[in-house]
Amino acid sequence: MPKRHDIQTILVIGSGPIVIGQAAEFDYAGTQACLALKEEGYRVILINSNPATIMTDTEIADKVYIEPITLEFVSRILRKERPDALLPTLGGQTGLNMAIELDESGILKELNVEILGTKLEAIHKAEDRDLFRTLMNELNEPVPESDIIHNLQEAQAFVERIGYPVIVRPAFTLGGTGGGICHNDEELLETVTSGLKYSPVTQCLLEKSIAGLKEIEYEVMRDSNDNAIVVCNMENIDPVGIHTGDSIVVAPSQTLSDREYQMLRNVSLKIIRALKIEGGCNVQLALDPYSFNYYIIEVNPRVSRSSALASKATGYPIAKLAAKIAVGLTLDEMMNPVTGKTYACFEPALDYVVTKIPRWPFDKFESAKRNLGTQMKATGEVMAIGRTFEESILKAVRSLETGHIHLELKNADDMSNEWIEKRIRRAGDERLFFIGEGLRRGVSIDTIHEWSQIDLFFLNKLQNIVKYEEVLAANPFEYEVARKAKRMGFADGTLAELWNSEELVVYNWRKENHLIPVYKMVDTCAAEFESETPYFYGTYEDENESIRTDKESVIVLGSGPIRIGQGVEFDYATVHSVWAIKEAGYEAIIINSNPETVSTDFSISDKLYFEPLTIEDVMHIVDLEQPKGVVVQFGGQTAINLAAKLQERGVQILGTSLEDLDRAENRDKFEQALHEIGIPQPMGKTAVSSEEAVVIGNEIGYPVLVRPSYVLGGRAMEIVYNQEELAHYMEFAVQASPEHPVLVDRYLTGTEIEVDAISDGLNVCIPGIMEHIERAGVHSGDSIAVYPPQNLSTEHIDQLIDYTTRLAKGLNIIGLLNIQYVISKGKVYVIEVNPRSSRTVPFLSKITNIPMAKIATKAILGQSLPSQGIPLGLAPSPRGVYVKVPVFSFAKLRRVDITLGPEMKSTGEVMGKDMTLEKALYKGLVAAGMQIQDHGSVLMTVSNKDKQEAISIARRFTSIGYHILATEGTAATLKEAGIPVSTVGKIGEEGKTLLDVIQKGEAQLVINTLTKGKQPASDGFRIRRESVENGVPCLTSLDTAEAMLRVIESMTFQAEEMPQQGVLT
Amino acid sequence: MLKRSLILETGDVFNGTAFGSKKASEGEVVFTTGMTGYQETLSDPSYCGQIVTMTYPLIGNYGINRDDFESIEPAIKGMIVRELAETPSNFRSDITLNDLFQLKNIPGIEGIDTRKLTRIIREFGSVKGVLTAAGEEIKVEDTIRKLKETTFPTNQVEQVSTKRPYPSPGRGKRVVLVDFGMKHGILRELNNRDCDVVVMPYNTTAEEIMAIYPDGIMLSNGPGDPKDVPEAIKMIENLIGKIPIFGICLGHQLFALASGGDTFKLKFGHRGANHPVKDLETGRVEITSQNHGYAVDPESLIGTRLQVTHTALNDGTVEGLKHLDVPAFTVQYHPEASPGPEDSNHLFDRFIELMHDNANVKGEKQHA
Repeated sequence: MPKRHDIQTILVIGSGPIVIGQAAEFDYAGTQACLALKEEGYRVILINSNPATIMTDTEIADKVYIEPITLEFVSRILRKERPDALLPTLGGQTGLNMAIELDESGILKELNVEILGTKLEAIHKAEDRDLFRTLMNELNEPVPESDIIHNLQEAQAFVERIGYPVIVRPAFTLGGTGGGICHNDEELLETVTSGLKYSPVTQCLLEKSIAGLKEIEYEVMRDSNDNAIVVCNMENIDPVGIHTGDSIVVAPSQTLSDREYQMLRNVSLKIIRALKIEGGCNVQLALDPYSFNYYIIEVNPRVSRSSALASKATGYPIAKLAAKIAVGLTLDEMMNPVTGKTYACFEPALDYVVTKIPRWPFDKFESAKRNLGTQMKATGEVMAIGRTFEESILKAVRSLETGHIHLELKNADDMSNEWIEKRIRRAGDERLFFIGEGLRRGVSIDTIHEWSQIDLFFLNKLQNIVKYEEVLAANPFEYEVARKAKRMGFADGTLAELWNSEELVVYNWRKENHLIPVYKMVDTCAAEFESETPYFYGTYEDENESIRTDKESVIVLGSGPIRIGQGVEFDYATVHSVWAIKEAGYEAIIINSNPETVSTDFSISDKLYFEPLTIEDVMHIVDLEQPKGVVVQFGGQTAINLAAKLQERGVQILGTSLEDLDRAENRDKFEQALHEIGIPQPMGKTAVSSEEAVVIGNEIGYPVLVRPSYVLGGRAMEIVYNQEELAHYMEFAVQASPEHPVLVDRYLTGTEIEVDAISDGLNVCIPGIMEHIERAGVHSGDSIAVYPPQNLSTEHIDQLIDYTTRLAKGLNIIGLLNIQYVISKGKVYVIEVNPRSSRTVPFLSKITNIPMAKIATKAILGQSLPSQGIPLGLAPSPRGVYVKVPVFSFAKLRRVDITLGPEMKSTGEVMGKDMTLEKALYKGLVAAGMQIQDHGSVLMTVSNKDKQEAISIARRFTSIGYHILATEGTAATLKEAGIPVSTVGKIGEEGKTLLDVIQKGEAQLVINTLTKGKQPASDGFRIRRESVENGVPCLTSLDTAEAMLRVIESMTFQAEEMPQQGVLT
Repeated sequence: MLKRSLILETGDVFNGTAFGSKKASEGEVVFTTGMTGYQETLSDPSYCGQIVTMTYPLIGNYGINRDDFESIEPAIKGMIVRELAETPSNFRSDITLNDLFQLKNIPGIEGIDTRKLTRIIREFGSVKGVLTAAGEEIKVEDTIRKLKETTFPTNQVEQVSTKRPYPSPGRGKRVVLVDFGMKHGILRELNNRDCDVVVMPYNTTAEEIMAIYPDGIMLSNGPGDPKDVPEAIKMIENLIGKIPIFGICLGHQLFALASGGDTFKLKFGHRGANHPVKDLETGRVEITSQNHGYAVDPESLIGTRLQVTHTALNDGTVEGLKHLDVPAFTVQYHPEASPGPEDSNHLFDRFIELMHDNANVKGEKQHA
């Protein structure tokens, strides 16, 4: 069928902020879709609240709205733009849910907007558990015994009938939020209660647990002419029971015979035909390892995380083709973009093995429950490609950047056999490494199979790896042995360890012996057809297919897996850098290991190497490509961390030099530099013992900010208010020693300011200054940032411009830099300088229309800012106010304290923009998923130091008609100040306690600054978690509370009586 | 583990490890891109005389089971894999692929860069090659020279076809299945439809076939060049118009030759489980399983009574034919799948319908 000519304008809904369960894959899908629609000549209007995405670049769509994805705002845009059609299936669950909400509101009908692609009826059939089960029964396809329940009684009745274990799946939630496996009444009570709360339709599916079966996925596509194909099938190494987003996955399936493969293929195609899917779809199946019995687990009637993985695993661009199918094109009339010579209507053939390993945030959240189940917890993932399974999984392991380069645990010697068994039986983030250790201790694969249900095929392969360690150890620097090890994916670091040598020595020895990898192409067709796609992976084989061109090249290092502190913002900058390099006339080469991203779309760069970002893997590519240099400043800490090793090996680091990077990041050198430049920083010193820390603390005065010097990213950083707290911190949180000093800095209360700038070494451009809502002490990534600053004097702004310019020049920055300042008692101090791309680069680039990463890249390549026509100094602000609001995924992570502090906790961000700060904040908060009510109750429990400040906040809440609930201490303070307040009991008290208030939904907002600390036992912790689990916004900073109050005030009217006047006499 | 080399007439030499039989072997080296189905592939008689390269690198993962053979005696000359699974894992697995190759005396080689080999075949076309005897040193130059001079036997069909007819009884339509190197899958599909099947040798005459009063003729797949079996072409010529015919693969090519068309050799053939075929009547595409080195020349069909019904989406080659006057249709691909997608399985139903319709027409004629 030809493409549709009766529609001209199409609205695409994005997926909003990055949260657990919905990450960068939708930026990739959305970007592809928008470009594909534009390519076909349609006018594309995009709405997405996430400014950190490529898709919200104005080049990607004809009109871009960075607005909240809510009924209110999308409806407004629909009315304004009057599109002919809407494409909802490329924005994840968010986009899909929004489309359903729009449809139900009647606006689509009113404005005559058609839904393209898969019809809503099909979406309902796939997503609504009841309808789905009915359809499966009609098709005679098996689903596990299940029942839809709406309350706990129904759940208990089901369990009486079926027995434990059962799985709880809340309807219409992403990433399985609120669900889980229950083995007993207690777990059932907890999980069902929270599941019902999370389901927007208060509905859960209870189903018989089929944990232990093989979990197989098919990524399928269908067009309007009923052509249907399988793009890729995948096998989860972790059997059914662990969310597929949290499973280690291989593609293609490894243990299925052709009969099993075709049986499940037939089922998948039958289902998408019955659903009349038009576009991409994901079918998850469970297969009994001992028979041909199978079950359908679920169907996602849209582009998903798995389809991004399948696209990168095969080269087949699912989202792009799904978008074209939505406008009527059929698979048989579209070309396969990879070969350019064959058609899209075919099934990719792989000649390699792909492994995906999720990346979990447990390094940041040490108190979180690390066990894995049906609710996804990973923030991101890595993918690796190899010609053997061993190579593929070991490459994936070292792509994770969790400190592992092999199937090895740190401190394994200290672990008991019982502990190893426990951690293999109960799936967790480190199970793979525990299995490695178990095998090393001689546990048989049959036993591990019994513990984990993982297929013997995979366990055999893992055993191959572990067994080969012994061969290696016995044969140092033997060519044949080393060759086999490299073909099994062993890292040089592992060889060095086994050979008592150094990584670099091993690397050089291999090079001398010509034991180096070749690069093979990912071409969708196993070399059957010639293709020119520049998408490569490294492997130890004979023939190299990646040929260096005559054009001078520049390598850009990507940022690896999405994790807390290193999100999609860095991919954004990476992609812009690649574009700038191409524009500057060089060949742009990218190395990255993250399958979710735009940067690993092969059409972005001139050459894509899908490889781990380790020194070994990067150096081999450098050796082959002989680039002009390597750009490290856009790939976050991942790339920066490689800079020193690259330089050691003689590679040119483009942009800010290694010495200058170090001057900004090394504390002593930085202090020295600041001294030279003449810019003040908060007083601070280094302590090598607890005693010394206390002396320093007393000397510089409390509160102080303490942190170990050897950990990056704000981990284990704390603000302490007195000597006792400091002593406690020194005793329990860190181990200070001369090798591991602890930094003690004066904590300055004041306004935190963030500045991003671009420098060519001589000239500095400052696109913008941002003011944080939360005072210094909250990690900048977790603060609400406001642009332009609302409370700064001209003098301060001038000073910030002056400092920033001097810092950029003084530190010899070439490229981007990000500076955090604090203004305390009228004085500006520098807190830190990051000589690289920052989290706020996309936010500022979009607001100011200054493509920062591009300009910086050109500066790095030698074009001065004036020669690029870039105005120097602070760029003028556009009209309006812009806020960046962080988004958290606390609901997914049990036992994590949500208190904001110096450690970053957010997973994503949204932007709110409007003409006033209040309106912008409203949009930002709403886009971040907070419900803002213009009336109701606020529950306040604040710590002693915050009580005075709390009074004014409480008073303002009262004056707009909010009711105040508070615990005894807070209530007393408020009453004393004459504020009406209802006292509620503390946890454990008789009668109604604050937990009841939260659980029963009697408070619309919780403000809690109580006892910080990570002990789950503390009351403050309980209150905060209870709020999260019950979906009540909980603010842990009075600054955020004040901001929200301003918003509510602006939405409503005062309820103040007339002043009492004396009677005239 | 003994060493073994693969030497090609192009002069390329691949050194790997031997598995299966220790003997040397020579044949036409081809590749298949199917990611599953190695057991069906190795036992598909259409690969007679060929050494098959598996482009998917991990082969043998789910072992060898008693069910998935497409013939009793594999006819391939050898198999080339990147990695052979030592310990398969699947509930149906009986023995390993290595065990089977030893049992059936078939040589194999593992550990070579199969993608490089595939690219050579893609550039050069199907190529003659030798798998050396396991552990034996060999003079490469001599081997290449000899290889270039060698012509392989052209009697593959004779090698794999049944020597005498045998029945596979059912209560439905009587089908004569002419065995040019038949995959068991074809017989299975007919039996599933309750056909009363008689399998007959490739050199059976039309008279012999008609003498058992079939309702339809099934022309099977088979190895090699269709022009190497002139007796079959003649047989088919004499059947066209008398009785419904369904041809698959070699059967399709023979049918085209018997109807006045011509065939030619493809550069490196179509072998795999992902080949899109377009049905020109419905406009729909099916993903098919394919294994052929020759194809029907569409130009040659001008002036015949054959119409092209299906084409390969990618290279436009002829994938299906029908006779304009009489009930007969053929496809170049494998509707019986095994291995591969089962999208075209409905063609067997169409054959059954064709036999029904034909019986009705005959009935009407007789009673007219």
